[in-house]
Amino acid sequence: MSTDNITHTHSAHVSHHFKDATQEYDSGKQGIWLFMVTEILMFGAVLVGYGIFHHLYPAMFSEGAKQLDWKLGFINTLVLIFSSFTMAISIQLIQRNQIKKAAMALAVTILCGAIFMVIKYFEWTHKFHMGFYPGRFLDMAKTHAEHANLGMYFGFYYCMTGLHGLHVLIGMGLITWLLIRTIRGDFHSQYWIPVEGVGIFWHIVDLIWIFLFPLLYLVG
Amino acid sequence: MAANNHKHDPNVLHPHISPTSMYLKVAAALFGLTILTVVAHQFHHQLGAFASLVAFGIAAVKATLVLLYFMHLKDDNNMNRAIFASGFFFLIVLLLFSVVDIATRVTEVSPL
Repeated sequence: MSTDNITHTHSAHVSHHFKDATQEYDSGKQGIWLFMVTEILMFGAVLVGYGIFHHLYPAMFSEGAKQLDWKLGFINTLVLIFSSFTMAISIQLIQRNQIKKAAMALAVTILCGAIFMVIKYFEWTHKFHMGFYPGRFLDMAKTHAEHANLGMYFGFYYCMTGLHGLHVLIGMGLITWLLIRTIRGDFHSQYWIPVEGVGIFWHIVDLIWIFLFPLLYLVG
Repeated sequence: MAANNHKHDPNVLHPHISPTSMYLKVAAALFGLTILTVVAHQFHHQLGAFASLVAFGIAAVKATLVLLYFMHLKDDNNMNRAIFASGFFFLIVLLLFSVVDIATRVTEVSPL
């Protein structure tokens, strides 16, 4: 065992209440997956609500969807997919002890999140400028809305993209924390569970957008 | 002997490391499918009711790719797969009961 400690400069530092490094790693990851279930249920409830009201007022939802620019949604989809790729690659680089490259990949991930939010900001402010506010705040005269309840579509739009945007912001914060720890040298081939956990969170944010893009921008 | 010790050392992790080429292929597939979604949408008048089916079908394929390869469910244990599947199970329960509720409502006009 003593020779092992010399050959392996990096160790997993197993806490005493775990049997071995694998069990410790699996326990952490299982916690993240349980958290992901709550994420699926939270966004799922909003999606079911959208489905029901879309079924009740198809023409009104169609009018709302026409107001969105699918090109911006399309660019944001590509940006988010690319950020998911750089996030996944950062874990693989840490597993192979390529720490500098991993830090670069994490920085690119944060940058992509920022690009996503900037595009989102311009989309929202443009909608506000046109008078498309949620619910009863929608400016009927300014928007020339055909349907009196068009505000409901924008209620869903702001709730869904807002909740998603909040996740992107939290994700960016968490990845910044990972980036600092990566530069500090906390992660290596035997310890990367925080990166894996935040990675799974970041991918679920991407996953939700994969469904929101056709739902809000295309199908309507 | 040293290699043997290493294999049984409880303090050492043996992760499954996916090659970079796999991540590149998955990312390329996701980009391709996103473009396909937009291309398919250009024919939504011809597709009619199938347009949304096509759009969400492609989204489901993309989601599966992200889950299996980026979120590593492909190399994960069955417990984590079951946990994640349970989320979708309860989502279907929510959807099912909501649909039953909406579909069986009787419209009544108040006589007042």
